[in-house]
Amino acid sequence: MTSRTTTLNPGGIASSGRGRLGDRAFRWAVAAGGITVLLILALMIGSTTLDALPVFSSQGIVDFLTGITWDPGVSRTEITGTYQAGVFMFGTLVTSLLAITLALPLSIAIALFLSDVAGPRVARPLAYLVELLAAIPSVVYGLWGLHFFAPTVLKPVAKFLSETLGFIPIFEGPVVAFNPFYAGVVLAIMILPIITAIVHEIFRAAPAAERQAAYALGATRWEVMWQVVVPRSRPGIVGATMLGLGRALGETIAIALLIGGGTTINISLFQQGESIAAKIVNTFQESAPEAIDALIALGVTLFAITIVINMAARLIVRRLGDLSGEAIS
Amino acid sequence: MTAAVSLRATGARARRRAFVNAAMHAVLGLAVLAALVPLFLIIAVTIAQGLPAMTTEFLTSTFNFSRRVQGGGYLHGLIGTLYMGGLATLMAVPIGIAAALFLTEFPRSRLAAPIRFFADVMTGVPSVFVGLFVYAVLVRQIGFGTFVGAVSLAIIMLPIIVRSAEEILRTVPGDLKRGSYALGARQWQTVFRVTLPAAASGLTTGVMLAVARALGETAPLVLTALAAQTVVLDFQGQGQTALPLLIFREARGAFAAGQERAWAGALELMALVLVLSIVARAIATRRAAR
Amino acid sequence: MRVTTESATMTTPTMTDPAVEATPSQPPEIRPPGAMVPPRPIARARDASAPRNEPEARPANPAVELSDVSIFYGAFRAVRDVSFSVPAHAITALIGPSGSGKSTLLRAINRMNDLTPGSRLDGEVRYHGTNLYRADVDPVEVRRRIGMVFQKPNPFPKSIYDNVAFGPRLNGYRDNMDELVERSLRQAALWDEVKDKLKQSGLALSGGQQQRLCIARTIAVEPEIILMDEPASALDPRSTLQIEELMAELKENYTIVIVTHNMQQAARASDRTVFLNMGDDRAGYVVEVDDTVKIFTNPREQLTEDYISGRFG
Repeated sequence: MTSRTTTLNPGGIASSGRGRLGDRAFRWAVAAGGITVLLILALMIGSTTLDALPVFSSQGIVDFLTGITWDPGVSRTEITGTYQAGVFMFGTLVTSLLAITLALPLSIAIALFLSDVAGPRVARPLAYLVELLAAIPSVVYGLWGLHFFAPTVLKPVAKFLSETLGFIPIFEGPVVAFNPFYAGVVLAIMILPIITAIVHEIFRAAPAAERQAAYALGATRWEVMWQVVVPRSRPGIVGATMLGLGRALGETIAIALLIGGGTTINISLFQQGESIAAKIVNTFQESAPEAIDALIALGVTLFAITIVINMAARLIVRRLGDLSGEAIS
Repeated sequence: MTAAVSLRATGARARRRAFVNAAMHAVLGLAVLAALVPLFLIIAVTIAQGLPAMTTEFLTSTFNFSRRVQGGGYLHGLIGTLYMGGLATLMAVPIGIAAALFLTEFPRSRLAAPIRFFADVMTGVPSVFVGLFVYAVLVRQIGFGTFVGAVSLAIIMLPIIVRSAEEILRTVPGDLKRGSYALGARQWQTVFRVTLPAAASGLTTGVMLAVARALGETAPLVLTALAAQTVVLDFQGQGQTALPLLIFREARGAFAAGQERAWAGALELMALVLVLSIVARAIATRRAAR
Repeated sequence: MRVTTESATMTTPTMTDPAVEATPSQPPEIRPPGAMVPPRPIARARDASAPRNEPEARPANPAVELSDVSIFYGAFRAVRDVSFSVPAHAITALIGPSGSGKSTLLRAINRMNDLTPGSRLDGEVRYHGTNLYRADVDPVEVRRRIGMVFQKPNPFPKSIYDNVAFGPRLNGYRDNMDELVERSLRQAALWDEVKDKLKQSGLALSGGQQQRLCIARTIAVEPEIILMDEPASALDPRSTLQIEELMAELKENYTIVIVTHNMQQAARASDRTVFLNMGDDRAGYVVEVDDTVKIFTNPREQLTEDYISGRFG
């Protein structure tokens, strides 16, 4: 009896020191891995902010964010140029919003098609394909957009829009060879698989029992999709949208190839523009140290925006999640 | 009872509903087509444009003396991609799996929640920002090169590995672990002899997907690896290149020969990434079938 | 345990119409005014199907008749050659062991099986003379007239009010929705419990209340027939009794078909019983169809007797 309790109680008997040491070492090792993640993020925020600080303070935060002059200096030690991010903020916003506006309805449609219309024999390979497309590198999308999709498909569309709806400022011509419209549409194609995959997952998780209840009440399949599946998935759709938006805001290479490297704010989608991320890779190699600090300041701004979007997504999802458990009428 | 009242609408209403149903199905079908056509096009066009240019010379040689002329290839880019991808994997996998083990083996630790949260935050960090960060802390000290490029890729892979590994480790049945503990195994013994082997294929899938993601990255490499004209085997201190970098540079160039090479490079990179993704998913499917 | 008619009668909750006990197979002579909607053809084309000679054994006023129904899932035959008819304004119970195809049959009556890919039905399911599986019949219209209550309560994650109003809104109901919701909830014996919290989520109710909400939701589209797939199996005994009482009231206005595993429930709550079994080919088939009293007192088949007395297997 006594011996049995002692063997069950690891503290009660002198056990092999090697084993206990092993556990302690294991704990420290894996904790170190976890802490590394935290450290990298902390260092990432800290060091870049530190580098960007002189830029922010010399320009003033408000002017940096809203001004439209970007006139880099060539100093190694101090900030001599003018650095204002307004043009790039605008370009980032326009391309991202255009991409989300185009991609979200299509994503919901594809996800509904996969979850409720197509049989498994069609849906499974299609869903697989969508997932694979999310893996294609953005530089491939950029190359394809620049040398195939924009000149052959988007250019006629843009021409048509500017000729018929040119009186609306955003469609005003002429259509330049590189512009935010091209960048936004290609960006939409890039985030489409990402949003679709998440929304599909959410629709699939909607209980079959709810669908059957609606069918048994004489709902058509469209009514089941639109009045049962979509409403109950609203928080998830919002979350997926925010995630897609985050991706769109941070996307760099495809936009750098397509948006045109503009230096002014153009309301028209068909005039050259520039985004924050594209500006960074487009001018990095020709920049003096002070201008690189300014690019880092741009990066910090972009990082802050994406983080805010991510947090907001989380909050919205949580709020809507709470609501759906109680009363929405 | 006025039960009959509501039924009166049936005829016209039912027909309208049937019509809306059919119309919306058509809309859904069109939407699927509208979305799939460009997505098919990207694969089709890349193959159509890239295949003719993908000669033995392209695969086995580096740049000619001039970018204007035809010929030459992306061998240096392929080597750079694999070199930096390999180094990044060596860095990110142990740290990522360790962090995931911390989350699953010590879930009650006060650090668990913040680590999970910030790993999530890290997945949302724009990759160009990662490049800026590595530039600011490493490149300014030790210059451009293979190693700093690999560090930036590793930082991109790390949160993906942590989150996927955590999910996989969580699915290892508790009974399996309890069985090991009941035999008197220590926690670390259980982890290394039971948990990790049981999760091995899932972990492989997660790692491969992270690698596929990293190999396709361009923006961070612009800021860390910079560029190279020939094969670079130096660990650090010498500019390095990669397939995405070469594609990016030549895609925006005005030379037809360069654009041809860019298409071939895109096909090479796409094949690399898609093969990784497909194999990774095949492993996952086989695991699910077991 | 052997269930006799006596025990069944004793446990029968307040019956509104004592005559039903004695002559369960007779359809009620007097319909409540306006309660029963005169049947309309479901088919879009209005041609009447050819008149048929009805076998004598069938109830005089069948709401649904199944003849030679076989149901397949891909190559697997789940149900074979089933024929029986469902009397109007009565409760028909489908009983039988697991795998005997009770739920599959039930779902065939409102074409819910259509939603399962690969399912197929041979034979005919006639509703007022129209084969529900005729090519020109709209399954949506079928389901509106033949409602269904499921095994597990499945309210939508919407308010109580919106749950009940869901079906009528689909149908473009334009009259007083508040009144319809109240009436449906009253009929489902739920009104008094929820009248002050109609805006609350249906999911916040107890299991028994949720199931009555689902019944109210079904009633609100004013179907002629209500199919119930083990509606009380997920509920506690008290809620089960409430549902049974409710069924007894509802049969005044509706025809009810219920699948149940619970012998006592079948004995005390139903008027007619269909006993199914699983054959050696794993397909369900009908062993015996008769008035519930007869099945539970003096069944024709030894198999039936064995099953209801729990000696089955």
